[in-house]
Amino acid sequence: MSSALDLITRVRGVRGAMLVSADDGIVVAEQLMEGIKGGAVAALAASLAGRLRRAMEAAGTGTSVFWHLQAEQGALLVVPGANSPGDGGILVVAVTEPDVNIGLVRLELLRVAETVV
Amino acid sequence: MADDIRALSAQLAQDPQSLVFLRLGEALRRKGQLDAALRVAMNGLERHPHLADAHDLYARILTDKRDYERAFDEWDMAVRIAPNHTGALKGLAFLYFKVGDLAQAESHLEAARKVEPDDPSIDQAITMMRAGASPSAPEPSPPPEPVAPPAPALDEARVFAGLEGANEGLLLIDGAGRVLGGALRDRSGADVTDAVAAYLAGVSQEAARTAKLLGLGAWNGLSAEGQQGNVHLGHPTPEALLLVVRERGIPLGRLAILAQRATAMARRWLERGT
Repeated sequence: MSSALDLITRVRGVRGAMLVSADDGIVVAEQLMEGIKGGAVAALAASLAGRLRRAMEAAGTGTSVFWHLQAEQGALLVVPGANSPGDGGILVVAVTEPDVNIGLVRLELLRVAETVV
Repeated sequence: MADDIRALSAQLAQDPQSLVFLRLGEALRRKGQLDAALRVAMNGLERHPHLADAHDLYARILTDKRDYERAFDEWDMAVRIAPNHTGALKGLAFLYFKVGDLAQAESHLEAARKVEPDDPSIDQAITMMRAGASPSAPEPSPPPEPVAPPAPALDEARVFAGLEGANEGLLLIDGAGRVLGGALRDRSGADVTDAVAAYLAGVSQEAARTAKLLGLGAWNGLSAEGQQGNVHLGHPTPEALLLVVRERGIPLGRLAILAQRATAMARRWLERGT
């Protein structure tokens, strides 16, 4: 699983990547730069993913396949695995610098999601 | 009051998904019909399990029935969903006071005062508590509205006037998941405004906490790609949340630009206090 995360962290501007259990927000695997609180971020990412999934399903857009929290100094990018959350699935998560190539990270997240889920 | 209850019951029967159960449950509670109020609140909660106001209503009814333990759980849940829900914060303060935990009671009242500094009932409760008297059981923050015809389905004509696609897929909510403007329909045309708003309650605070924890500064927006559509969330104010929903063919980048415009309009609208 750690080697799968290499696909993400090798992209320039990625500060770390994690696999997170969608149901309980626990870290399954991580490669994070020092200073990032993986456990706490995982819990919040899983909670956000759950709310977003329910809202999107209610809105009729279907389950989310990728989401992206943009902030002043970076971003959190998440690809929910095929059967997550709410079904024991995995979230593939990346933390990035602000000037990262989002499209490239998205592709790598999707690739990792296919291999680990 | 009896006429109000009849009218609200009729509205709820007409549209069981609507949030009119909040006003009906509160009206029944005030009339002392606690069992009926409880049924209304429980049915509402089944349909809107992530709506902080529904947990708040249920907790108030349980408090009237002196079931303080379950009331605590419900207010606790309301605060988890919407951390700035003053009704729930006041409710928890009341229950902490009941068990003699004055520090926790005051801390919750102070938290409520931070959110609503102009609410005189909070100051009054703090004063009473410090004087050793029990603050009164909390009442809902906004008093129940008089019975009125259902709110117009689409408010965006006022909030988002002039914006591309202003009459579709735009929703503005407050931190507790209450709809401030806009409306949403799913692909079959069913009104899903309240359900989506309920699920999004607290998202703004959670996104802010996540960004802060990561050292990323303030969050600017959240884009999501769905199987049948894309969405973008912005926050015109720290508490409010704006949702833009578009079909999957609209790229996330273009959606973000549209959302920025809508967010600016919503911010101006909220600042005008209309």
